[in-house]
Amino acid sequence: MRVSLFITCYNDTLFPETGKAVVRVLERLGHTVDFPAGQTCCGQMHWNTGYQEEALPLLRRFVEQFRHAEAVVSPSTSCIAMMKDHYPLMAERLKDEKLKAEVAALLPKVWEFSQFLTQKLGLEDVGAYYPHRVTYHASCHGLRSLHVGDGPMKLLRAVRGIDLVEIENLEQCCGFGGTFAIKNAEVSSAMLAEKVRGVLNTRAEAVTGCDNSCLMHIGGALHRERTGVRPVHIAEILASEEGG
Amino acid sequence: MSGTALDPTTAPKFQVAAKALIGDSQLRKNVRHATKVIQTKRAKVVGEMPDWEDLRESGMQIRQHTMRHLDYYLEQFERNCRAAGGEVHWARNAEEARQIVVGIVQASGAEGKSPTEVIKIKSMTTEEIQLNKALEAAGIHAYETDLAELIIQLGHDQPSHIVVPALHKNRSQIREIFRREMKLPGVDFSNLGGTPQDLADAARRFLREKFLRVKTAVSGANFLIAETGGVCIVESEGNGRMCLTLPETLISVAGIDKVVPTFQDLEVMLQLLPRSATGERMNPYNSIWTGVDKVSPDGPRAFHVVLMDNARTEILADEEARQTLNCIRCGACQNACPVYQQTGGHAYGSVYAGPIGAILTPQLMEMHHAQSLPYASSLCGACYEVCPVKINIPEVLIHLRNKVVKQQSAGLKLLVNPEVMALKAVALVFRSEGVFRVSQKLGRLGELALSRKDGQGVGWIEWLPGMLGGWTRVRDLRVMPKQTFRQWFEQRGKDAPGRRAGDAVEKADGDGR
Repeated sequence: MRVSLFITCYNDTLFPETGKAVVRVLERLGHTVDFPAGQTCCGQMHWNTGYQEEALPLLRRFVEQFRHAEAVVSPSTSCIAMMKDHYPLMAERLKDEKLKAEVAALLPKVWEFSQFLTQKLGLEDVGAYYPHRVTYHASCHGLRSLHVGDGPMKLLRAVRGIDLVEIENLEQCCGFGGTFAIKNAEVSSAMLAEKVRGVLNTRAEAVTGCDNSCLMHIGGALHRERTGVRPVHIAEILASEEGG
Repeated sequence: MSGTALDPTTAPKFQVAAKALIGDSQLRKNVRHATKVIQTKRAKVVGEMPDWEDLRESGMQIRQHTMRHLDYYLEQFERNCRAAGGEVHWARNAEEARQIVVGIVQASGAEGKSPTEVIKIKSMTTEEIQLNKALEAAGIHAYETDLAELIIQLGHDQPSHIVVPALHKNRSQIREIFRREMKLPGVDFSNLGGTPQDLADAARRFLREKFLRVKTAVSGANFLIAETGGVCIVESEGNGRMCLTLPETLISVAGIDKVVPTFQDLEVMLQLLPRSATGERMNPYNSIWTGVDKVSPDGPRAFHVVLMDNARTEILADEEARQTLNCIRCGACQNACPVYQQTGGHAYGSVYAGPIGAILTPQLMEMHHAQSLPYASSLCGACYEVCPVKINIPEVLIHLRNKVVKQQSAGLKLLVNPEVMALKAVALVFRSEGVFRVSQKLGRLGELALSRKDGQGVGWIEWLPGMLGGWTRVRDLRVMPKQTFRQWFEQRGKDAPGRRAGDAVEKADGDGR
């Protein structure tokens, strides 16, 4: 299959390793990956912070870049949730019938990375090897908007060598929430402290998930406290191979 | 926080109030414990219902249908309530509602003399309009008879939860309040014990005297039934039932959103509400009354309903926010909310706290106050997940944020608001791939001065200026790697066309975590 990668603005800039890992996994599974060069951002930050008019042109850009894709894959639950939850409404706002139809046709072909593997490709074992103690954080958008369920856990359980340990507060928000972490820094920090406690209680070496924004948040505190526990996107675990 | 009424027109911004409350470890412990207990109970009784999702859907449909035909059902309620011997009053806003209630109370006394006391059933609507203050100003003291509201009143405190208003207090704190504040002739509460039985016994002795003496009662309403003109109140203690049956005069204040079309609709609502609110299969006391009893001398002789708008029709006019009015005040969203769990209810500066408060309060204020509340959420969606009538609270929060931004962007304010300027600038960056690339480069240069390398040679930022400092207060930020993903992808294509991508992964430029 020809898979078009929507890397998302923050993964492109801050987490290129995640993108590389997605490419590696998909190519290992026999798919070709293309990268529409004109892509930028899904518009989530603007839409969710209240700058909805500013987000609208980003919908047009996305559709222009990906309209001919066979499948669009992105390693970010919150960006995919943004698109699935709001793009139809945004097209409605723009009062553009053609765009509305294109959005309706395109969205079913848009996949969050782990769901693409488990639901579209029907896979659990992607041939990965990762000999570390790992815990998994369920990002809110993946959990409650995309309903990823235990898909990511199934992928992780199939990884050879992994010591997977479940976190006590799995479904609890880490407190990131985009601009929430800055606008309500005190509350966000308090939420983060609870999540970090959960991570540390697992005695894991790494905390993984399907969204680098949550992982950046949790990882930022883990680094500040010099815990030695590192955040790692699920794609990077699934890309790892024995002797690789 | 205690003492001053929760008034959105004067309350500090959420983040300011939250900062103070987060420092109160006793309060946080109490809130955390209470929300956990209720959440667990709720999950158990919801889990045993195979048709819970269908019930939620029905609940939403009933509420949606009612709101679409609100004028019809309100007039139907008015007709039927009057026919049954009740009096119906219409109040456009809080001030009118207060005047109407005070007027009815004043006229309810024997021989034309105004009573100096009323008993009250727990009612968020009367809290919303700060009715007790208005009654006090007219020389009428209101006794709260709900146990939690009594604790709040005696403690000179404010409600912090829709259903469990004293949730932020624990048992020993309540004992102290009772010992200090409970006064009853001939009874000494100063040696009060600390068991639940001791506290309930004290409250019973204190309240029974009021029930038997005071002849006028004020309540809210859980539901108004259009088909019959009846009013429904559910509660746990039976103190509400006392207020509904013993006094001569009963006044019920209800928002116009409280109407349901038919008696049959209660079948759905009275399953959704108790399970969501207190984790009970059914409320211990379900009172439904219609007008006054004309045959036997039972119950109040005079019954009044005050139907209050207070910005609700404004909310109804907003297509994307009107689902706010579907709320049946169960408080499940508060218990589920990770923000509320940290701060408790007082941070919201409104009697409606938590996720529902964050969307309801600014709208009740017609967006003139409480603009910080739509931002008091990480948009995690836990509220939507538990809402018995499926209010998509995150969607409404986002919609209200847009309204706030439009206010902030109007006129000259734009130039002095760094957030508005920054987000508008970033939006322009994303509109062009070329500009985005340049910005990535500039960003990398810009953060050089702020970053420090750790033992692995990875740069980290431990301090950021201004608003961004909220991040680095407790978190580090890793610097941008030298190469963006898109640069890597392009380079790879140039280096070896047709080569497998994975080969390059392990040898990437040392910025792996």
